[in-house]
Order: sequence, then structure tokens, then C-alpha cells
Amino acid sequence: MSDPNKRDEREVRGASRREFLKVAATGAAAAMGAPGAAQAFDFESFLQKNFRQMSDEEIDEVVDRLSRKYSKKYGKEVTVNAVGPLDDVVYGYGLDISRCIGCRRCVYACVDENNQSRDPQIHWIRVLEFEREAAIRGIDLEDGNPYYDHETVPAEDKFYMPVSCMHCEDSPCTNVCPTGATWSEPDGIVVIDYDWCIGCRYCMAACPYGARKFNWGEPNVPAEEINPDMHLLGNRPRSRGVVEKCSFCIQRVRKGRYPACLEACPVGARKFGNLLDPDSEIRYLLKHKRTFVLKSELGTNPKFFYFYG
Amino acid sequence: MKTLNYFWHFVIGSVAVVSRGTRAYYAWIALLVVVILIGVNAYVNQASMGLITANMRDPLSWGFYIGNFAFLVGVAAAAVVLVVPAYVYNWGPLRDVVLIAELLSVAAIVMCILFVTVDVGRPEFLWHLAPGVGTPNFPYSMLVWDILVLNAYFLINYFIVTYLLFMAFTGQKYNPSFIMPVIFLSIPLAVGIHSVTAMLFMGLKARAFWHTAILAPRFLSSAFCSGPALLLLIFQVLRRVGKIEISNQALFKIGELIAYAMAINIFFLGVEVFTEFYGETAHSVHARFQWFGIHGSSDIAIWTWLALACNSLAFICFMVPSLRYRLPVLSTACLLAISGVYIEKGMGLLLPGMTPGVLGEVYHYKPSLNEVMVSVGVWGIGALLFTLMVKVAMEITVGRMRYERS
Repeated sequence: MSDPNKRDEREVRGASRREFLKVAATGAAAAMGAPGAAQAFDFESFLQKNFRQMSDEEIDEVVDRLSRKYSKKYGKEVTVNAVGPLDDVVYGYGLDISRCIGCRRCVYACVDENNQSRDPQIHWIRVLEFEREAAIRGIDLEDGNPYYDHETVPAEDKFYMPVSCMHCEDSPCTNVCPTGATWSEPDGIVVIDYDWCIGCRYCMAACPYGARKFNWGEPNVPAEEINPDMHLLGNRPRSRGVVEKCSFCIQRVRKGRYPACLEACPVGARKFGNLLDPDSEIRYLLKHKRTFVLKSELGTNPKFFYFYG
Repeated sequence: MKTLNYFWHFVIGSVAVVSRGTRAYYAWIALLVVVILIGVNAYVNQASMGLITANMRDPLSWGFYIGNFAFLVGVAAAAVVLVVPAYVYNWGPLRDVVLIAELLSVAAIVMCILFVTVDVGRPEFLWHLAPGVGTPNFPYSMLVWDILVLNAYFLINYFIVTYLLFMAFTGQKYNPSFIMPVIFLSIPLAVGIHSVTAMLFMGLKARAFWHTAILAPRFLSSAFCSGPALLLLIFQVLRRVGKIEISNQALFKIGELIAYAMAINIFFLGVEVFTEFYGETAHSVHARFQWFGIHGSSDIAIWTWLALACNSLAFICFMVPSLRYRLPVLSTACLLAISGVYIEKGMGLLLPGMTPGVLGEVYHYKPSLNEVMVSVGVWGIGALLFTLMVKVAMEITVGRMRYERS
């Protein structure tokens, strides 16, 4: 009697292989001009240009097409927009490690807001747990444990440090991308054009903070959990084989809202604002609190500042 | 029009040559075809399920495929070890066989391109790298540089061998003042491809193990051991099955050159180890993982020591004349050198580079069966290509395949 779980796995594998071969066959048929076969292969999306090459009209076309596609796929009204950066804004983030209790509500709020794959599981934020005593000579990331699993947090004698994309001013990731699929926007957000990424994972090798995640398998988000308010460079659903990461909730912040992680934090450990505004919260804490950045010796100039509140 | 006629006969002639052979030849081709089919099947599996069929994950996002890629770029570059004595110093014994080395380069580059193709998440979008239709991130991305130089080196080597063979096939004399500059260009380009591939890794400040100036020199020194060693073995096989003349003198000279390369390779290893362990910092954790294992994970330590043993033993055999001049010892040394460098430059480069990861995580990586099958398939394609090219080249070189008006 074969193991039912294994059988399902084989069926899934068989199904996806059949599907792949079907798509490949229809692609080949479409290439040969077979009538009706072209429906399975989306030429428009295949030939889509790099975001930075597109005119405003072309971008409008893309977001319209994707809105329709995702509305159909998820059975609800989905809008994808490509709102541009606000003027005179460069975003900065602050994280008070004296307050963080390691509850991971930010992690899950991010997953919900940004339509991250549930299975395979992708988390853009990773919370590291450190022992207080071990850190007396400074934080050694090797001692950080992201897999803690306590009944209640904070656990005794531990402190917590969430890590996600630092949106570096001198990001190594944007330098190494061979296709120019990732770049720094004028408002400081490091974005990815998910339709342009070829999945070479060079950016993942280059990132010193482990901020980038890869879609090793087909990502899936249950339709009822999809956040339908999407940005093309942010929380729109990603495809298999592309890299993704925190976008400072680009779909929220460009409309003047806070990132989802900040709103979810029950202890107010997270701060966010415009670095160019001298009256902003982020500027206040940079001025009055003891801030540090991770791996400052690498010269990446992160815009994510940890501090002791 | 005449050229077209020649070309057509060249193609027909080549097809005729590769479809005839000894029983051993047919068996070899059959084996390669089986291996390739296994690889294709595994790749279809990967293409339908995604790279999740591999064992790479976020903490270790490059693995077996890129390890093979790095090793093969070295093999491709190593043709230069034969090209320099053959063409620059006009040394007869190597002059006769340098063409086979150039053919190995061509096959190796094809394998490199295939390994990158099977490693990317969305190979259907590789056209995004093409200038014009795509947006290659030049000059900042070292990957773009690597693609440029690898393609340039491939084209140059392919052009050289095609030109020389085509000229011989049609009974014309090749024009030295035309082809020699191209051949001379392939020499710095060989050094170039492997240095640029090293720069891919060296430039990553996030990875302390790779972020060292010695990576490029080490890549070259290990390439100049493994590539010629592979050729030494191939020459002996060809001598026997192809009934072509390859002098022992040529073999021993290559062995001598490998000795120098291996000496430098081991020296570079020594200085790396000294720097990591004498002035040990947190960054040395990668070297510690490589040689001793960390946190109860000794995935690669045994292989590192094995590679050292292989390389050292090979070095002695290549260095000591009384050992080098014994063909069985020489051949064993070649196998040892190839194994040692394959370990060092494959998993021995990738695993310590990404273990521990940037946030201190230790991910236990061993290539999945699917990864191995795809890789074996790629090697099969390279071997088949090389076999077919060499068969045609040998027939032309000995004068058995010539243009004849029908």
C-alpha cells in the first residue's frame, strides 16, 4: 500500500509536469501559428519591458492587465497600481531593540499585507533571538536564533532583533543584478521589477543582511487571504523563480500610510518617516537616541536604524 | 558560392565521419546519449516544479550548478597552457595537439553556459541580458562582464578551430598573418575569463570567504592544473582509439607545466590558510567550517582534507621526473589533480562561501538527486560535443577527411 502523502506528491509532480509539457507544447504550437493554441501562452507578459524602460502609458497598460489577471485569478476586485515616489521624500526606518519582544506580529502582518507565499513559506522579516549574556561584547549574528519557539515571549534573558531589507544607500544587490531588475527609487526604496528578474540569485549572494528571498517553488496565497490593494513593485503576487523582499510597503507609504509591520507592532518598537523632513520621527530618534546599523563596516549605508530607546 | 559548396561538403563529411566508428565509439556515444536523456528528464522535472527540486535554499542560494560552472570555466581557460608553448614558442610536439585543447575549451564553455541556464529561476527570460532588447547592467554587474568575455572566448576559439580545420579540409593553406593575431588574442582572453569569473565572487563584500584578492590567482592556478590534466588523459585515450600520433614528449611537457601550476596552487592555499588561522577573526569562521566544521556540522571538512591530499600527491608525481616519466603514475596524478581541484573549486568554493550565511545560519547542503542528474546531463552534452568535434578534427588532421568534388 503506497503512502498516501507520497501518492499526492507524485500526483502533484505528475500534474505539474503534464502542465509544463502542455504549456511547452502550446507554446510550440503557438509559435507555429496553430489557431487557438496561443491562449495558453501570454506573449504580452513575455515581451514586457523592464519597468524603467516603459513609458507611463505602457506602465498603465501593464497594471491594467495585471489587475484584470489577478481579479480573475483570486475572484475578488484587485487593483494593481504603480504610484510613483513622492517629492522630497527619502524613507528611513527605526527599530527600538529595547522594546522588541519577539512576538513576530510584524512578520505575519507583512506576510498578509505583501501576499507572501504560504507554502513554500516566505517571510520577509526574520527575527533573531539573542542571549543577553552572550552579547556583552557586541552582537554576533552567528549567535542569533531565528527559529525560537516559546510559549510566551520575551523569553527570559533574551533580546530580539528583527532583520529585513535595509534599503541601503549603497546597496550591493542593485550593483550586481545582471539585468537591472532591481534598483533604488528616488524615495530611497530598493525595488524589484518582478517581471524582469531572471532568478539568477546574484543579488542574494551580494546581500549582507539575508533580506532577499527566492521563490524556489510555485508560490501560493489562498484567494481569501490575498491583499487586493497592490503595487507593481511591491506586493503584487510574484512568480516562481524570482527573488523578492521587503519594499517598505511601497503600496502604503507612497500614499502616506505606515508600513504594515509598524502598525502591527504591539509595543511601538518600530518607527518610520521621511529622512528629509527635520521634524519627522525618524530624524528625532536619529538625533536623540543611540542608533547603530548592522555591518556598518561594509559601507552599505542602510536606512534601517536600530536603537536603544 | 564556392565557400558554400565547401561548407556543404564539410557538413556532409562531418556527419559521415561521426556516424562511423569502432564498437567502442558506438558504445561511448550510446552511453552519452543515455546520460543526456537522464539529464533532460531531470531538467524537465526541475522546469515543471521549479528549483525547489534542488536542495539550494535561501541561506545557500548557489550550490552544485555554480560549483560545476566555476570548475568548467577553469577547464576552458586552461587551453592557454598548451596554446602558449605551441604557438608562441612554436614547440612542435604541442603544436600537433593544441587543436584538441581548443576544442575542449569550446566544449567547456558550452557546459558553462548550460550550467548557468539550468541554475536560473526563469531561463525563458535570459534574453533580458541581451543588449538592445534587454537591459544588461553594464558595467556594474560582473555577471554581465562574465557573459561578455565567455562568449568572446567561445567565439574566438570556435573561429580558430573552424578556420584551421576548414582550410585543411579544403586543401588550402591557412594564412598565418590572419589567424595568428586571433590566436594570440585568445591568450589574454583565457586569463580574462577566469579572472572575471573569480571577480564575480571576489566583489561580494557580504561573503568574507570570497572577498579576498587571492581568489583570482587561485582560480587560475587551479585551472592550470585541472585543465591540462584532463587533456593529458584525453590525449592518451585518443592515441589509443583514434590512432593518431601524440608524442610522449608532449605529454611529459604538459606534466611538467602542471607541476609548476600545482606548486603555485598549493602555495596560494598555504597563504590563504595562514591568513585565516594566524590572524583569526570572525570572518575566519568560513575557513574553520571548511577545514574543521562548525557547530557540529562537518559537511565539507573531510572533502577539504581529501582535496589537499590529492593535490599534494599529484604535485609530487608531477614534480619528480622519475615519477612523471612513468605514464601510469602520470595518469594517476592527473586523476588526483582533477579530483582535488574539482572538490576545491566546486563545493569547496561554494559551501564555505555561504556557510555560515550572512545572518549566521548554517544550512546543511548536499545536492539533490535531481541536481546531480541535471549536472551529469550537462557533462554528457559537453562530452558528446567534444567527442564529435574531435572525431571530425582528427579525420581532417590526418588527411582522411578532405573536400572532394563529387
